[in-house]
Amino acid sequence: MSLLETKKLDAFYGDFQALFGIDMHIARAEVIGLIGANGAGKTTLLRALTGLLPAVSHSILFGGQPIGGSRAEALVKRGIAMVPEGRKLFASLSVEENLKLGAATGRHGVWTLDRVYGLFPVLAEKRTAYATTLSGGQQQMVAIGRALMSNPTLLLCDEISLGLAPVVVADVYRALPAIRAAGTGIIVVEQDIGQVLRVADRLYCLREGRVVLQGPAQGMNRQEIAAAYFGAAA
Amino acid sequence: MIGALDIVVQGLLVGGFYALFATGLSLIFGVMRLVNLAHGDVIVLGAFAALFLVQQTGVQPLLCVVLVVPLMAGLGYLLQRAILNRTLGANILPPLLVTFGLSIVIQNGLLLGFSADSQKLPMGHLTIVSVSLLPGLNVGLYPLGVLILAALVIGGLQMFLYRTALGTALRGTSDDPVTIRLMGIDNRHIFGIATALSFAVAGLAGVLMGGYGNFSPAAGPQNLLFGFEAIIIGGLGNLWGTLLGGMILGVAQAIGADIDPGYQVLAGHIAFLAILLAAPRGLFPRMA
Repeated sequence: MSLLETKKLDAFYGDFQALFGIDMHIARAEVIGLIGANGAGKTTLLRALTGLLPAVSHSILFGGQPIGGSRAEALVKRGIAMVPEGRKLFASLSVEENLKLGAATGRHGVWTLDRVYGLFPVLAEKRTAYATTLSGGQQQMVAIGRALMSNPTLLLCDEISLGLAPVVVADVYRALPAIRAAGTGIIVVEQDIGQVLRVADRLYCLREGRVVLQGPAQGMNRQEIAAAYFGAAA
Repeated sequence: MIGALDIVVQGLLVGGFYALFATGLSLIFGVMRLVNLAHGDVIVLGAFAALFLVQQTGVQPLLCVVLVVPLMAGLGYLLQRAILNRTLGANILPPLLVTFGLSIVIQNGLLLGFSADSQKLPMGHLTIVSVSLLPGLNVGLYPLGVLILAALVIGGLQMFLYRTALGTALRGTSDDPVTIRLMGIDNRHIFGIATALSFAVAGLAGVLMGGYGNFSPAAGPQNLLFGFEAIIIGGLGNLWGTLLGGMILGVAQAIGADIDPGYQVLAGHIAFLAILLAAPRGLFPRMA
């Protein structure tokens, strides 16, 4: 059984329809790459999966249970955590306070404060610093660590390389194998195609709110991706 | 000389009341950017709740705190969950309109129940005991106790906000009420907790004020104004600054009253405006 499955998922911002009949699925310990141009609906899809956008109940199944339209705080408690775009750290809280808030669900599992500091040793040195005084890469590590503290079975990462230097991006992505090793399924939204092809098992490409390409990352060629991405032979 | 010192000391002591008025206001604004225009009336409601209890049972007014504070906290939580949460959003106008309406409802409800008469809680000899610090300088034990209590309340709130998990959740919600939901924390509940705390402090302030000066159903807006001024003078988001702001306001009013009793309130407003001109963010704005 899939960890998470969407069935003809639509999503709206008011009257504006942003997603049209999305069908996707992800298994435990699988890494899914979600790509597409700006405005293709990637963030919208993640927002629907986390409960920040309304959805029809049976259009999203998590562990076989319909969860569409549940409240965000309820879904985190069931094991769906998000690393939001732009990190969204709590500015007046220290690094450690940010991480501890991530554990507010009370879900138990492999991820503890010590394990997160083990994954990102630099955060242990900065534990008392205000989170927003850190460098971009370190802030991203806090955001990922904060999501892990809820011991999710599904982790959604929205543009975690945005605005980071390539060497820092590599640092951040180095954390993924340890996360999937714990059985967690991961969906990464990413602009950098090369990065996605390195880390993902399968890809979904969105354009104008629809899935236009999907398949194993291995063996997918760049021309195919570019065509799906832009909607024309590039 | 001793006369001038006396004025300053009496003013400082009144600051304890203003700080208590302001603390609840500051809490709600800090956590959800909601300006509660009914806050002054909530304080007066606390005073009338104590008056009602005293009339019914003849109990010592200060003891009413034990009942009034939790009752007000519960009322605050329910009000937030049932009404105020529905007004929060990108537009700042709905919460202003709703709390303004609430202010009218409370005032008129109290008029119906208690008439427009000026009231005072019968504290007995408690409010007239004083100690002599210097020859010619007497300090009332009651306002001194209120000032100490205000400091304890603020210290306690700081401990709560900075040392407990729920306090961290409140501060996190203040930073970002949407992302806090991704932590599994229901922001509607956190807002309710903030309003409950605010109303609890307002209830305490109401009982203490009701035993010291007169109050009537129409007294709310002035309390609100003094609370506002204390917050702004001290610097938004800094509870200790609010305590100092209340004391500065109290001293300014005491000096004004010494010149002419009619200048008491005016002098406070002038000091407020002068400080606002010199330091628009208040004297002790929160760092970072």
